[in-house]
Amino acid sequence: MTDAAIATTATGRSTWERLRSHRDWMGFWFMLPAAGILILFLAYPLGLGVWLSFTDAKIGRSGSFIGLENYDWLSDDKIFWGSVFFTLFYTIFASIVKFALGLYLALLLNKNLPMKALLRSIVLIPYIVPTVLSAIAFWWIYDSSFSIISWSLIKLGLIDNYINFLGDPWNARWCLVVANIWRGVPFVAITLLAGLQTVSPSLYEAATIDGASRWQNFRFVTYPLLTPIIAVVMTFSVLFTFTDFQLIWAMTRGGPVNATHLMATLSYQRAILGGNLGEGAAIATAMIPFLLAAIMFSWFGLQKRKWQQGGDND
Amino acid sequence: MASVDIRDVRKAYGATAVIHGVNVDIKDGEFVVLVGPSGCGKSTLLRMIAGLENITGGQISIGGRVVNDVPPKERDIAMVFQNYALYPHMTVYDNMGFSLKLRKADKAEIEKRVSQAADILGLKPLLERYPRQLSGGQRQRVAMGRAIVRNPQVFLFDEPLSNLDAKLRVAMRTEIKELHQRLKTTTVYVTHDQIEAMTMADKIVVMHDGIVEQIGAPLDLYDRPDNMFVAGFIGSPAMNFLRGKLGSENGRSVFKSDSGLSLPIARAPAASDGKPVVLGVRPEHLATNGDGAAVNVVVVEPMGSETQVVAKTGDQEMICLFRDRVMPSPGETIRIACDPNLVHLFDPDSGKTLAA
Repeated sequence: MTDAAIATTATGRSTWERLRSHRDWMGFWFMLPAAGILILFLAYPLGLGVWLSFTDAKIGRSGSFIGLENYDWLSDDKIFWGSVFFTLFYTIFASIVKFALGLYLALLLNKNLPMKALLRSIVLIPYIVPTVLSAIAFWWIYDSSFSIISWSLIKLGLIDNYINFLGDPWNARWCLVVANIWRGVPFVAITLLAGLQTVSPSLYEAATIDGASRWQNFRFVTYPLLTPIIAVVMTFSVLFTFTDFQLIWAMTRGGPVNATHLMATLSYQRAILGGNLGEGAAIATAMIPFLLAAIMFSWFGLQKRKWQQGGDND
Repeated sequence: MASVDIRDVRKAYGATAVIHGVNVDIKDGEFVVLVGPSGCGKSTLLRMIAGLENITGGQISIGGRVVNDVPPKERDIAMVFQNYALYPHMTVYDNMGFSLKLRKADKAEIEKRVSQAADILGLKPLLERYPRQLSGGQRQRVAMGRAIVRNPQVFLFDEPLSNLDAKLRVAMRTEIKELHQRLKTTTVYVTHDQIEAMTMADKIVVMHDGIVEQIGAPLDLYDRPDNMFVAGFIGSPAMNFLRGKLGSENGRSVFKSDSGLSLPIARAPAASDGKPVVLGVRPEHLATNGDGAAVNVVVVEPMGSETQVVAKTGDQEMICLFRDRVMPSPGETIRIACDPNLVHLFDPDSGKTLAA
């Protein structure tokens, strides 16, 4: 054996060799692509958006730092507060109805109905139609001179004049809520249905023998077992509704007279159409606290359910 | 407590009949086991008693009251499910008290009944736990606790031990039997395991393909099976069946198997010489005997207390269970005999036991 070989054996493998075979080092490389994608497409745009909200950037001109001036400006802006109001109104009403209808549909579809698979697929249709297409369909349904609803009601003799669905602020708000519900119910229904199917039928049998009525079966068995999935599905539903854009943009573009602006549509209008990137970014950034609140709400809701964790025998 | 009366009960799913007219009388306080291979209709029958399945025909009464159209909660029964069906989101205490809570019993009453049941089953230290935090045996006990708390007229058990490991199953078997001796509540217990049936039952109902093959006390079924199905189902290892003919030798009745084996029998049906029969003999009733019939050893399985020998006569395999420690080598010829009083004769066509 040569001296050099003996030396290598004594010191073991080189630092590089050891590093290369180390598990954490391998793990780092496996994580890198995911981390790269997240940083490039999520963290960087989010950071840039927040940074822009502190500048007076306009399209074609990188702005300079102006502190909280954009926010100060927005706090006196009636249209901005109108959009905050409508975003909350839209999210709260649509989410509550989507939950109620979705749960009802899920319970219905969980029964042994004839042509169950077909019915389940039909329920999914609103969800698979591209949003813009369904928005255009609703646009026609709500049209001031061709609306099928107005036409039917007139033929039935219930009203005399066509309803101005999208021309009146409150009519327009409710119409958009309805369209959003129609689109969002399948997601809630199918997800809750998946949750319902994980509940063992023998639990219902046990409860029935224990003397539970149908309502008590739901109240004491189905509902508590479904709460984890309800928390997840409603968090997503709230997030999707809160950040909705397509439906509003395709149907009203925030009109009439800014009555149906969501924060997302207002932000787009100010930043991209109006060119005030800084102000638009400030509106978008203002959505973050609301979204965080929604996430925290379901997070702590999930934490509470000790029975799911189990596992340890202490 | 109550008797359960099952009169000509039938069950069909659409055109497919699964239970074809079953009659069982269950006396007050009796422990009855419904046993049979899977798909024999035993669980369906139990679920009909519970009210979880509709009764297609016939009549079931509990404590003299016809319950065909009575909903489960008014039948005053409690059921233990194979998978326990414990409510995962409730503690052991809430699981056990759930039925009382639904009946709007007051808190003190629930507390009293749950702690009584918990005492009986040794569940006191577990009352605040969730089902997830319990072992299989503990869950099983909670499921029984939930049944006991209700103090029902009838306990129904649907294969309650099949999800437990072998050792625990034996322990729980004893525990359930003890519990029954203590509470004396009428019990209907479904299992596919004939050892559970033999060890626990006052009365066994052997079912097969939707009909009752035989009803009787465990040892009656063992000693006097009505037919080949019961004879083969009850007892472990299963009874050996040999095809052959009856005949006589030196004035004594003998059975001559198709393979040439000749075994003396105590009583033969009258005028039966040359009649084709199936002879049934239990492995444990065979013994080595120098004057006996010769068979070839295939496999020897020593188990300590006894030795199981698989032997061949012609192309027929026989299992022998010897109390004495014999260690024949495979291929060796041994001579075996059995007590002529302990063999069974069956009609090869109908499978029915032939009356001596």
